[in-house]
Amino acid sequence: MNSFTFTQATAVAGAVQDKAAHDDAAYIGGGTNLIDLMKENVARPTHLIGLKKLGLDTIEATPDGGLRLGALATNADTAWHPEVEKRYPLLNQAILAGASPQLRNMATDGGNLMQRTRCYYFYDLATPCNKREPGSGCSAIGGYNRVCGILGTSDQCIATHPSDMCVALAALDTTVRVSGPNGERTIKFEDFHRLPGDHPERDNTLEPGELITGLDLPAKGFEKNFSYLKLRDRTSYAFALVSVAAALELEGTLIKDARLALGGVAHKPWRDKEAEAMLVGQPATADTFRRVAAKVLENAKGYGANTFKIELAKRAIVRALKQATEMNQVLDTNAFQNSNP
Amino acid sequence: MSQVTQAPLGRPPVALAPTQPVSLNINGQAHTLQIAPWTTLLDALREYLDLTGTKKGCDHGQCGACTVLVDGKRVNSCLSLAVMHEDSHIQTIEGLGTEDKLSPLQQAFIDHDAFQCGYCTPGQICSAQGLINEGKAKTEAQVRELMSGNVCRCGAYSNILSAVMEVLNKEGLIIEDKGWSAGTTKPEMAPVEPPKK
Repeated sequence: MNSFTFTQATAVAGAVQDKAAHDDAAYIGGGTNLIDLMKENVARPTHLIGLKKLGLDTIEATPDGGLRLGALATNADTAWHPEVEKRYPLLNQAILAGASPQLRNMATDGGNLMQRTRCYYFYDLATPCNKREPGSGCSAIGGYNRVCGILGTSDQCIATHPSDMCVALAALDTTVRVSGPNGERTIKFEDFHRLPGDHPERDNTLEPGELITGLDLPAKGFEKNFSYLKLRDRTSYAFALVSVAAALELEGTLIKDARLALGGVAHKPWRDKEAEAMLVGQPATADTFRRVAAKVLENAKGYGANTFKIELAKRAIVRALKQATEMNQVLDTNAFQNSNP
Repeated sequence: MSQVTQAPLGRPPVALAPTQPVSLNINGQAHTLQIAPWTTLLDALREYLDLTGTKKGCDHGQCGACTVLVDGKRVNSCLSLAVMHEDSHIQTIEGLGTEDKLSPLQQAFIDHDAFQCGYCTPGQICSAQGLINEGKAKTEAQVRELMSGNVCRCGAYSNILSAVMEVLNKEGLIIEDKGWSAGTTKPEMAPVEPPKK
């Protein structure tokens, strides 16, 4: 790791000021991704601002009937929070599908949004990477890209966002609360992460110095019909090749409301609102699900080693929607995940 | 013989790194260290406090050998800076039991022969203690899933599972028992057929 200084912030305003006062400063929550990137010399901040003493680690009801997750609440405390388990089980499942118990005990909810891609070339200083070093080129295009994206890619970058939690947050219409040099604002979850375009070095739409303070879940949690299906090379402690967050509101066999978001396929959690609209008013049948899956992947582009993800994603969507409809997967108390085939 | 010459440094030598005081409570004892901010909790334990029971495996949060308990919760000490743990209560393998009185998990690991080389064992035991503290694992499958952050290079997983299950069963924490549950019954070993000549 490079030399850096460290201060423990005790208030949000102080943290934001401290960030502005240093070149190349970084906020640190749990540090599970940042410290790893610093050990690899991918991230080289000269100053770290510790956030653990800010508070912001509570989970509480909002006036509109939703739930506010403090940015410093850990992933584990969030997943096991009684209100999350009861009202947002999709979020509970997505969090528990990711990382390991040790990492979930450290990693924060705000930090989960801020984690960087696990594209091999982003971590490998010996190879070009536009995300790590803008203008240097993309080694994944034409390289070993099994883990890379198939939707919303650009000729500059085909990296994916690695989070499971964020796929559920996208599906649930979360709002991100941030505080920065120009005061506080909120960002709709779908606008928080960006596509690579010509600036793959930018993962999200935060302005310089802005700090995530909380995540607001709306009242509707789709607790009756949901599924987080995660497909990966081994059944625990691995990043998703493809994951699907599916949530349905059913009236008899008809779909009244639907949410559909994918992980492991794009530079951001891939929510498809057109696909959701296609589901509404339709019977919850395999035929409907197959039509919707084909639509979600109609503009997908494979890059060789990851082309299998297109068919895999289609099948995963059908299975996740089927699981959400039937809800037989959560009756299996033998495992936390409903996801394993 | 060729002479080795050292190229002149093109820049002034870098100043010594700034250090700062950090107070850590480890296994019930207060320690104040003067350390550089990039010292991980793992390095602080091993290099500054001689608590070498906690092991450095991958140093990237992938293997779990460095698992310790911070305020009762298991974490990877390699992915955490010591300066982030001012006022935390840290428990390492050295604080779980004593030589005279081993913790139930330590005894169970011996009884079940739950290791070969032993390098991952302190992390496995601290992780299992964290799992017990969490109280979420109710079945053998859940124990397997919630121990997935600890890798064993020797592949002693079945005996590690036996050891953890025995302690969980003794504490009445297992509510469901699908299939063979280690620690309560021994699996029937099929007799090995002698090679046919």
